[in-house]
Amino acid sequence: MKNDAFRVGNKILKSRLIVGTGKYKSFKETAKAIKASGADMVTVAVRRVNILDKKKPLLTDFIDPKKIKYLPNTAGCFNSEEALRTLRLAREMGGWKMVKLEVLGDKKTLYPNMIETLKATKILVKEGFKVLVYCSDDPLLARELEHLGATAIMPLASPIGSGLGIQNKINLSLIIKNAKVPIIVDAGIGTSSDATIAMEMGCDAVLVNSAIAKANNPILMAEAFKNSVIAGRQTFLAGRMQKLFYADASSPTKGLI
Amino acid sequence: MKVGILNILIMAKIQLNGKKLELKKKHSILTLLKKYKMDSKKIAVELNGKIINHNKYKLTKVKDKDIIEIVHFIGGG
Repeated sequence: MKNDAFRVGNKILKSRLIVGTGKYKSFKETAKAIKASGADMVTVAVRRVNILDKKKPLLTDFIDPKKIKYLPNTAGCFNSEEALRTLRLAREMGGWKMVKLEVLGDKKTLYPNMIETLKATKILVKEGFKVLVYCSDDPLLARELEHLGATAIMPLASPIGSGLGIQNKINLSLIIKNAKVPIIVDAGIGTSSDATIAMEMGCDAVLVNSAIAKANNPILMAEAFKNSVIAGRQTFLAGRMQKLFYADASSPTKGLI
Repeated sequence: MKVGILNILIMAKIQLNGKKLELKKKHSILTLLKKYKMDSKKIAVELNGKIINHNKYKLTKVKDKDIIEIVHFIGGG
């Protein structure tokens, strides 16, 4: 496992678990959970500074972007223009070229608007961004994103924050089989075994937020995810046994008394 | 008359992060950030829809009717 670093774009990550920083009770809890998860990349959102509250704590005071890589997202953007504006601002903030593009199409399902997503991907790639793209689990659209120059494809397992786990294994395995860029399952992971399944299937990494932040004990759950992602990756590399329709005794019959 | 004097004292009426503000002094982007105790390294500024490069904060003057957006990173998935 020593030489199994996760390469995405020009970055090499130690962990195949990327963690979101939303929904925690406090920044202190966020920082503790990230530490327990072992993640070296976290997603962050871009929002207006609250000018009325000058003493409000900042995320950057708790999670040092020099130590943990920030992956700015476009959460809350419903068209390509909003997403482009957000990511250009993120780039200005600290030179972030690696970004998570997420163009939503519907408030209830938070399902991605793939037409706008494809449009924004094309422009961002042209502008020199390394784009990790949240997308539907459609194998053809995933392939199109790769053709447009996406750095990684991030199909949803199920709707954002739903915790329903992987709903379409067939599509996900087709996406993995077709792709030459990393596949990161994003959205819908509900518990650590969901992450193991994704990794066993051959995903390169998983992105988890709600399943950790909304657990009764987020710090312990973060550690559980760390282990489950490692277990899934090791299982994938080891190659599981074949499934049989009948029993196959583990103890030899030779020498039976 | 009083209203007239007050108007002279106001250098610029701007919109900052969606809030209407009246500035009584001349400001550059940099002095505006200082006024609101913001660390220029941790934010990005958009002035009338255009992103302002970090090294232009000192030189960029805030004018009447400017619409300014200042953003930073928060927790997100």
